[in-house]
Amino acid sequence: MNMSKAVEIETDEKNRDLKELVKREYKEGFVTDVESDTFEPGLNEDVVRRISAKKNEPEFMLDYRLKAFRRWQKMKEPDWAHIDYPKIDFQAIAYYSAPKEVPKLDSLDQVDPKILETYERLGIPLYEQKMLANVAVDAVFDSVSVRTTFRKTLSEAGVIFMPISEAVQEHPELIKKYLSSVVPVQDNYYAALNSAVFSDGSFVYIPPGVRCPMELSTYFRINEMNTGQFERTLIVADEGSYVSYLEGCTAPQRDENQLHAAVVELVAHKDAQIKYSTVQNWYPGDENGKGGIYNFVTKRGICKGDNSKISWTQVETGSAITWKYPSVVLQGDNSVGEFYSVALTHNKQQADTGTKMIHMGKNTSSTIISKGISAGHGQNTYRGLVKILKGADNARNFSQCDSLLMGDRCGAHTFPYIEVQNPSANLEHEATTSKISEDQLFYLKQRGLSEEAAVSMIVNGFCKEVFRELPMEFAVEAQKLLDISLEGAVG
Amino acid sequence: MLKVTNLHVSVFGTPILKGLDLEVNAGEVHAIMGPNGSGKSTLSNVIAGRDGYEITAGSIEYMGKDLSELEAEERACEGIFLAFQYPVEIPGVSNMAMLKAAINSKRKYHGETEMTAGDFLKLIRQKADFVEMKQEFLKRSVNEGFSGGEKKRNEILQMAMLEPKLALLDETDSGLDIDALKVVSKGVNALRSPDRAMILVTHYQRLLDYIVPDQVHVLAGGRIVKSGDKSLALKLEEKGYGWLDESLNGDATLEQVAS
Repeated sequence: MNMSKAVEIETDEKNRDLKELVKREYKEGFVTDVESDTFEPGLNEDVVRRISAKKNEPEFMLDYRLKAFRRWQKMKEPDWAHIDYPKIDFQAIAYYSAPKEVPKLDSLDQVDPKILETYERLGIPLYEQKMLANVAVDAVFDSVSVRTTFRKTLSEAGVIFMPISEAVQEHPELIKKYLSSVVPVQDNYYAALNSAVFSDGSFVYIPPGVRCPMELSTYFRINEMNTGQFERTLIVADEGSYVSYLEGCTAPQRDENQLHAAVVELVAHKDAQIKYSTVQNWYPGDENGKGGIYNFVTKRGICKGDNSKISWTQVETGSAITWKYPSVVLQGDNSVGEFYSVALTHNKQQADTGTKMIHMGKNTSSTIISKGISAGHGQNTYRGLVKILKGADNARNFSQCDSLLMGDRCGAHTFPYIEVQNPSANLEHEATTSKISEDQLFYLKQRGLSEEAAVSMIVNGFCKEVFRELPMEFAVEAQKLLDISLEGAVG
Repeated sequence: MLKVTNLHVSVFGTPILKGLDLEVNAGEVHAIMGPNGSGKSTLSNVIAGRDGYEITAGSIEYMGKDLSELEAEERACEGIFLAFQYPVEIPGVSNMAMLKAAINSKRKYHGETEMTAGDFLKLIRQKADFVEMKQEFLKRSVNEGFSGGEKKRNEILQMAMLEPKLALLDETDSGLDIDALKVVSKGVNALRSPDRAMILVTHYQRLLDYIVPDQVHVLAGGRIVKSGDKSLALKLEEKGYGWLDESLNGDATLEQVAS
C-alpha cells in the first residue's frame, strides 16, 4: 500500500472520530410550564399598536414603532450573508408573550416560582443573597423582564439599570434622546422589525464620572413556542464613566426554528468606557439541523466623545443561524474600538459574524481578534469591514482572523473588507487556518490526558486571546460551554 | 518490566515489525539502533499506543499487563513516557498548564487528590533548573517558537515531572548541538534509577557516549538482529550497518528493508 492511500485512510479514521466528538446534549433545552399571555401569530399595524398599548407607552413610542413598522414593510430581507435557510414566514410568529402573572419587579415573591426555578436550573439564581457578588442581573423571560437585581445598590451610585419598558415610563427624556441614535430604525431589515415590535430588554445609564460598582448582566430566555424574541438594549455611558455589561441567553429545545432579532445600542461619551460581553448559547438545533434559533442581531456602539472606548467580546456557541456584526463607530478623537470573538459551529450550524470598525476621528484605533471553530457540517464565516474616513488622520487597525477546522465536512470563510480614504492610515491583517492534528492529540494523550481533555485544551488554547478579555466568571462559563459543545469525544 | 514477544506490527496494512523480541527490566537502559526505516520509531509508537499501529501477532507485556488493552492515555498514567522525536506545538496552551493537567490526570487515575498549585510550582521550578530551562519557558505555549534543542529539553523536563516507570526516548539526540546534547544527557542520567527502565532509540552512537546503556540492540528488517553490550554500538559506528547484512540470513537485505 502506498503512502497516499495510507494518508487517506488516516483521514477517514479521523473524521469518524471527530464526528463522534462533536455530539452534544443541549442541557438548557427544557420548557417551563407557565401560563402565558401570548398574541396570536401574525404581524400588522394593529399588533404593533397592541404591543405599545400592553406596555402602556407614551405617544412618542407608538409613533416610533409605527414609523419603524412602515419602513420594515418596504424593506427586503438581506441575502448577502453566507448562510442558507428556508424563508422565514413573519406572519407565523407571535410577537408578544408574557407570563400571565405579571410580576411586580421590586418583589421577588410575586414572580412565578416556576420562572425562578427556570433561572435556578440555568444557573442564574435571582435571589440576591445567592448571586455572584458584584453582578446585577436583569432576567428577560420571553417578552418581559421578570427581575432586576441589586437595583438599590446601583441607584445609590446613580446608575440606572432597569427594563427598557420601565425606562420608557420613568426616563422618557433619555429614551427619546438615545433610542435609535446609533442604529436608525431603517438601518436594516431586522433592526426595523425589532424597532416596531420589541417588547423589553435592558436600559443602562451611567452618570458622568461614575465607575459602575458591579458588573451588569442581562439573561435572555425564550420559553414560549412560535414566539420571536425581540429585545432591545440601550447603554449610555456619560462622560468619564465606566461599565462592564454581560449578556447570556438560552432557549428550549424545539423542532421549529425560532427567531431572535435583537438590537443593542451603546453610546460612550467623552472619556467613557463600555465593555460588552456576550456568551450566546441559544438552542443550536439537532445534529440533522432540525430546529434551533435564527439569531439576527444588530449590535453597534458609538464612541461619541474623545478618548472613549467600546469593547465587544462574544462567545457564540449556540443558534442554528448567527447573523451578527457588533460594530463601533469611532467618532471621537483618540477613541478605541475592540472586537474579540469566538464562534463555534458544529452539526448543521451556520454563523456569519464579524464586525465593522468605522474610523471618523483622528488617532482612532481598532483591534479585531476573531476565532472561528468549525466542526461537523458547520459553516463559519468571518465578515468584517474596516473603514477609514477622510478626516480620520493616523487611524490604526489590527485584524487577526483564525479558523480551526475539525473534520473535512465543515467550512471556514473569511471576508475582510477594507475601505481607506485617508493615506495616513495604518492597517494590519493576519489570518490563519488550522486543523487539530492527530499529532497534537497523541502528544497530549501520551502525557496522560483523555481525548476530551486534549481537545478541550487545544480549543481553549486557540481561543485564549478572546477568553482573557472576558470577566472572570464569564471566562469560566465560556470555557465550560466550549467543553460541553465538544462533548462526547472521539471513540 | 517490559516483555515484547514475537511482535508483528503493520501500519496501514504494511508490515513493519516482523517478530521482534525484547525484554527490559527495571533499572536497565537499553539502546535500540538501526538504519532508517528499520522500524525503530514504530516500536516506540506501538508501545506508547499511537492509533494506526496494528499488532497482527505477538504481544507486549508491561508490568504483567497486556498493553494492547490499554488506551494511550492509560498507558501514560501507568507510567509509560515517550519523549518525542518531533515534539508538537500547541498554541495558546502554556507549558505549565499542560504539565499541571498531565500530572493531575495521572494522579486522578491512581485515585489521588490533585496537586496543590503551590506544590506544583515548587516542583516545576526545581525541575526546570535541573534541565537548565529558563522559568519564562514555563509560561510560554507548549513548544511554540522553541528551537530544536529547547524542544528536546522540554521533553526531558516533562519526563522529570511525570516520573515514568518506562521512558522511551525517540531520537532524542537528533537535531541537538553538543551543548544541548550534554544538558539532555545529564537530565536523562540523573533520572536513571533502580525502578525505572529506559529505552533509547537512536540512529547514531554519539548519544551513547553520554548515556551508557546496559544493552544495545540492532533493529533491522523489523527484528532485533543483534544484541550486545555498549561495545556493539562502537563496532557499528566503526563498520557501519552494512556489517550486519549477513545476520539477516537472506531474509532481506538492509537496503531492501529500508526502501
